[in-house]
Amino acid sequence: MINEVKDVLHGSVELARAMGVTLKYFFTKPVTNQFPDEPVTVYPRFRGRHVLKRYENGLERCIGCSLCAAACPTDCIYVEAAENTDEDRRSPGERYAKTYEINMLRCIFCGYCAEACPTEAIVLEHDFALAEYNRWDAVYTKERLLEPHQPKHITIRDDEVYLDVPGWGTK
Amino acid sequence: MNQQQIITLTVEVIKAGIIATGLMLGFAAMTLFERKVVARFTLRYGPNRVSKYGLLQPIADMLKMFFKEEVIPGQVNRLVYVIAPGLSLIPAIMAFAVVPLASQPFVIPFTEQLFGTPVEVAPWIADVNVGLLYVLAIGSLGTYGVVLGGWSSNNKYSLLGGLRTSAQMISYELPMGVALLSIVLMAGSLQMNELVKMQGSVWGLGWFIFVQPIAFLIFFISGLAEAGRSPFDLPETENELIGGFATEYGGMKFGLFFGAEYIHAIVLSSITATLFLGGWNGPFVEQVPLLGLVYFFLKVVFMLFVVVWVRASIPRVRFDKLMKFCWKFLLPLSVINLAVTALVIALLRF
Repeated sequence: MINEVKDVLHGSVELARAMGVTLKYFFTKPVTNQFPDEPVTVYPRFRGRHVLKRYENGLERCIGCSLCAAACPTDCIYVEAAENTDEDRRSPGERYAKTYEINMLRCIFCGYCAEACPTEAIVLEHDFALAEYNRWDAVYTKERLLEPHQPKHITIRDDEVYLDVPGWGTK
Repeated sequence: MNQQQIITLTVEVIKAGIIATGLMLGFAAMTLFERKVVARFTLRYGPNRVSKYGLLQPIADMLKMFFKEEVIPGQVNRLVYVIAPGLSLIPAIMAFAVVPLASQPFVIPFTEQLFGTPVEVAPWIADVNVGLLYVLAIGSLGTYGVVLGGWSSNNKYSLLGGLRTSAQMISYELPMGVALLSIVLMAGSLQMNELVKMQGSVWGLGWFIFVQPIAFLIFFISGLAEAGRSPFDLPETENELIGGFATEYGGMKFGLFFGAEYIHAIVLSSITATLFLGGWNGPFVEQVPLLGLVYFFLKVVFMLFVVVWVRASIPRVRFDKLMKFCWKFLLPLSVINLAVTALVIALLRF
């Protein structure tokens, strides 16, 4: 009998404590990120949508060597190279990429293409909102990849802690 | 019928219509209120896409339900299947009839010039002298809709849900009734308005929640169980019975079950506010009786908040524990409470 009364009292106290905990959270600010209205903050090393880079003088960095396509584990990059001529010079090297396509439906954002690139032409930047209405729109063309891409819905945080430990990506 | 009777009848019919409509609107508001409050408890915002603060969300939901295709599965008992949602919704609305919203009848302005005699409107539908009995009786009628809906669906989950609900509702009526008996012993009346007037004295300390805290807890817990609210939402139990008695229902028929549950919660809150939180009592209510409406509304909203708060805090009870809790704990406790109350009253009379 005594034990049962103890049980009841203990249970009531625990219930009251549970209610107290939830009430505390009722008065705290929600942690929801209102995505399209509020930007999402990502780390600088976040691997998102690819971007093809240019040199400062406007020439394309890509030399059409297809190393990225070779490194790609899902085979989603297609590169077709063409010769640079003096009249039509696109990149500083001998050749440039005539077509450069990435199928974003197959890409797994591993970053091996950026690793393989000898001229740092292909870089994984921070956009992650890659939904399309049309399946074929997900195959990104060279023109789309070459455009500088800084959407409003993404901000990059500057407080990333760089560990001074040798490993993948560090020297 | 003379003119006076016609006017009275018209006023009563319009009032009943307004209160029934108000309860349906209250259901719509309650869905939003619950989603918003539960969202805040879990650190979310809740619905906020449909108009500002998501205020039109209930209307969007309602439109969706109205325009859904009415599917009647094969092999169901058609008549019972169609009637059951109404059977569960109507008693839920009916129970509200005896709840007094304010202390005394109001005179509608300008009616003396129009009809010659002032037209009075009472802030309740019927202040019958067995009000409490009426609430308990109508409250238990709600079981029929649920159990018939579960049975007629020809689905094992529906049937299990319906059986569970009937067992649960019938069990929890006992401690609820006994808990209310201790109030009735103190007040000496079953009339709702009398019970509210009893609580008016000494600055809210006369509220029955302070005089009879154990009866309040028992009544509120059993009320949650009878309304099928969490943590006693065994009728639905999404994760074991799919949707319980409402599994085979869709569109507006499901909407009616849904509405019945929410209106049950609203009626539970109003009756708790009436019986334990002093109903329309509050400061200056003697001078301005209309203030009673405001106080009553605030108390109901507070009780609804508590209902949602409990839902956000306490997980669902297992079915055998639910029954054990009712029969082995709540019922003896309420009987002891009743006995002690009776003893104290008898000693005070000496």
